[in-house]
Amino acid sequence: MKIYLKIWRQSDAGSPGQLVSYELDQVIPHMSFLEMMDTLNEQLILNGDRPVEFDHDCREGICGQCGMMINGRAHGPIPHLTTCQLHMREFKDGDTIYVEPFRGAAFPVKRDLRVDRSAFDRIIMAGGFVSVNTGQAPEANGIPITHEQAESAFDSAACIGCGACVATCKNSSAALFTSAKIAHLAKLPQGKMESGKRVLSMVAQMDIEAFGHCSNTEACEVECPQHISVLNIARMNWEYTLSRILKK
Amino acid sequence: MELNAKIPQGPLKDKWSFYKDHARLVNPANRKKMDVIVVGTGLAGSAAAASLAEMGYNVKSFCFQDSARRAHSVAAQGGVNAAKNYKNDGDSVYRMFYDTIKGGDFRSREANVYRLAECSAQLIDQAVAQGVPFGREYGGYLNNRSFGGVQVSRTFYARGQTGQQLLLGAYQALMRQAAAKTVTLYTRHEMLDLVIADGKARGIIVRNLDTGEIERHSAHTVILATGGFGKIYYLSTLAMGCNASAIWRAHKKGAFMACPSWTQVHPTSLPQSGDYQSKLTLMSESLRNDGRIWVPLQTAEKRKPNDIPEDERDYYLERRYPAFGNLAPRDISSRAAKERIDAGFGVGPQLNAVYLDFSKAIKEQGKEKIKEKYGNLFDMYRKITATDAYTEPMMISPAAHFSMGGLWVDYELMTTIPGLFALGEANFADHGANRLGANSLLQACVDGYFIAPYTISNYLAGEINSKRLPTDGQEFVDAEVQVRAHLGKLLAINGTKTADHYHKILGKLLYDYCGLSRSKKGLMYAIHEIKQLREDFYQHLKVPGTDDEMNGELEKAGRISDYLEVAELMCQDALTREESCGAHFREEYQTPEGEALRNDEQFCFVSAWKWQGADKEELLVREPLHFENVELTVRSYK
Repeated sequence: MKIYLKIWRQSDAGSPGQLVSYELDQVIPHMSFLEMMDTLNEQLILNGDRPVEFDHDCREGICGQCGMMINGRAHGPIPHLTTCQLHMREFKDGDTIYVEPFRGAAFPVKRDLRVDRSAFDRIIMAGGFVSVNTGQAPEANGIPITHEQAESAFDSAACIGCGACVATCKNSSAALFTSAKIAHLAKLPQGKMESGKRVLSMVAQMDIEAFGHCSNTEACEVECPQHISVLNIARMNWEYTLSRILKK
Repeated sequence: MELNAKIPQGPLKDKWSFYKDHARLVNPANRKKMDVIVVGTGLAGSAAAASLAEMGYNVKSFCFQDSARRAHSVAAQGGVNAAKNYKNDGDSVYRMFYDTIKGGDFRSREANVYRLAECSAQLIDQAVAQGVPFGREYGGYLNNRSFGGVQVSRTFYARGQTGQQLLLGAYQALMRQAAAKTVTLYTRHEMLDLVIADGKARGIIVRNLDTGEIERHSAHTVILATGGFGKIYYLSTLAMGCNASAIWRAHKKGAFMACPSWTQVHPTSLPQSGDYQSKLTLMSESLRNDGRIWVPLQTAEKRKPNDIPEDERDYYLERRYPAFGNLAPRDISSRAAKERIDAGFGVGPQLNAVYLDFSKAIKEQGKEKIKEKYGNLFDMYRKITATDAYTEPMMISPAAHFSMGGLWVDYELMTTIPGLFALGEANFADHGANRLGANSLLQACVDGYFIAPYTISNYLAGEINSKRLPTDGQEFVDAEVQVRAHLGKLLAINGTKTADHYHKILGKLLYDYCGLSRSKKGLMYAIHEIKQLREDFYQHLKVPGTDDEMNGELEKAGRISDYLEVAELMCQDALTREESCGAHFREEYQTPEGEALRNDEQFCFVSAWKWQGADKEELLVREPLHFENVELTVRSYK
């Protein structure tokens, strides 16, 4: 396959960036998208050019580190897939592919396709945990949790923190990410106790960071590699309202 | 030279209690004056950093990833073992200890392994309290599954994402401390050297990977929880960034490396499909609970798997190991697969795979049940291979996975450098020559949550009078000069070959000569080739850019420069161990049936290697293993 690439190159957060064109021959359909990028980088280095910086690590869809806009879509054309799981068989010989960094004011570009997602860490710092110290835990079977409840908590907990929800949202809202953690912990007796305080604090942090508001377009759910449901956002809003009412 | 493992006195089951009862403590007022550096934010690192910060120490936590949540602990799928005996199937701490010691082919310390089993139950309690959504039965109680190498069900799981969920628990505990300002986080920072003052570990030199800036950090103790180095094989189940650099640079400062050649090759990974490939994706071992492994009875079989009748299939694990069948331990399963593939029975376009078949399980339990157990793994398989494993068998192949070897540590998890600790996969401790499935998450967590808080305090109690070491001292200056010189050297070569080029050649050498099977001839050849490759590397490597900017290629080149040294020691280690044990299979030492042949008379020891300087042979120091509670038997899974 021959592939034409238009890749966003930007040397640092303060410099302007631009799309630069590249051509790659002999792309194999079984290659992953990132292996195609490796091949391009190998060429660039040997030609004396600076390779394209992009985030990636586990390359099996679980670490949440990779992520780029591919033809305008977070993680590329296939829904519910991380960039590292995307394969070149999804493209055709002669295709032109646009590759840009994840979008969002809260995700400033560091270089090329690498963005700064530390805002997510700060949202978790604001309360995305159960306040339990090592050594305090009671016997694990002490509090039974129904199968359905545990499975539902897992569905929320499965978020890998990649940021595709933000990148794909026209408002760059972090509602899906934030709500997934709030819902995960609110659904379990261990986390429920702190739920009221947690939701206010995490939502406040979300607002401090440069994320936009959720306007319920549900675009995030379409791209989420872990199928995190927008029902989590509804749960967050419910927890938020409940907490505000109880406070007043 | 003698190595003192500092095993506490008393009967096996009382050793850890005895240690805890007698370990020295640090007064809370003194704790906040003491700085602890933790490198790595996987399960071991995050758990240790959070737990020590909760106690009141000042913790600095470092990782090369862009967030502490991304370490490769996330990738462990299947589960975590604990001797809770919830299934009432005869499990106990002693039985778990025995399974682990036997699984490791009697090449680990009894006291360490017993402690691992002893602390396992507590870990499940801790994780549940943190909100880890383990799988549960309909009555609301925790569920278990069985795993390779054991006959009880003691594996707790969170669908196929147990590692991810446990790590989120540890990460959240860490972020809670970061919010409380007891932990300072340094993401995108890579440790490039260890700083030693007065013979003790007192700091590290790191590079900020976003800016290229070199930083100095001082502390009263340094904990390395930097994971394994299976990525040295290039194609492996590990993340791209996994590396040996932190432990290797500590090794060159005096920390002994133990059994570096003991690498677990995982039996259920996806096979390689081409030269461009960057990693091998792991499919959880838990699949072997319901999947049956087979190859065609005929070589050069052209039929599709579903067209091959039952009596023309060779279920070779069930045939060779009837007692454990498809749940035979990993080393045995991988070797059996290699044996079939090498004999010409491999399947797939490159004839490098075996089938993992779910048709019987789907027939017996229904597709829905299988979907609930392994749905995400089947999805992942479809995404990568475009094949539906509900209707067609998966194709799997062995892949480099876990480093049993690592920095030598004593019972306190302290290396041979006072004040330098190694936790989790970075150390050699509990797994012997082969790790049992679902014991890696366990070891990382137990090291971090339950052992480090006692042993680090015990060490720091002797350091309460030592002042904070200023980072402008000579020790720091020297270490930084060294680090800068190495980076400069890599950049100055300006040759014609990329870092990956060398990594791929090195990986292939290790797979061929220091992988699933090893021989004297092969290892000697590999050592020779590695030396040449290293020479070539320093003549023809090309790293673009500079060292004062973000430079992914420079990071890679640094890691590969270390791998080129680690690889030689791995081969040296494999060469000197003239026996077969666990994952270490020397072709010269096998039974007539092709099973591993241990030599307990001569090789019942841990090989610890001391760096003696560049271009000098490393010195082998033996730590004899004493077995007082178990009898050394031939490890049979028949």
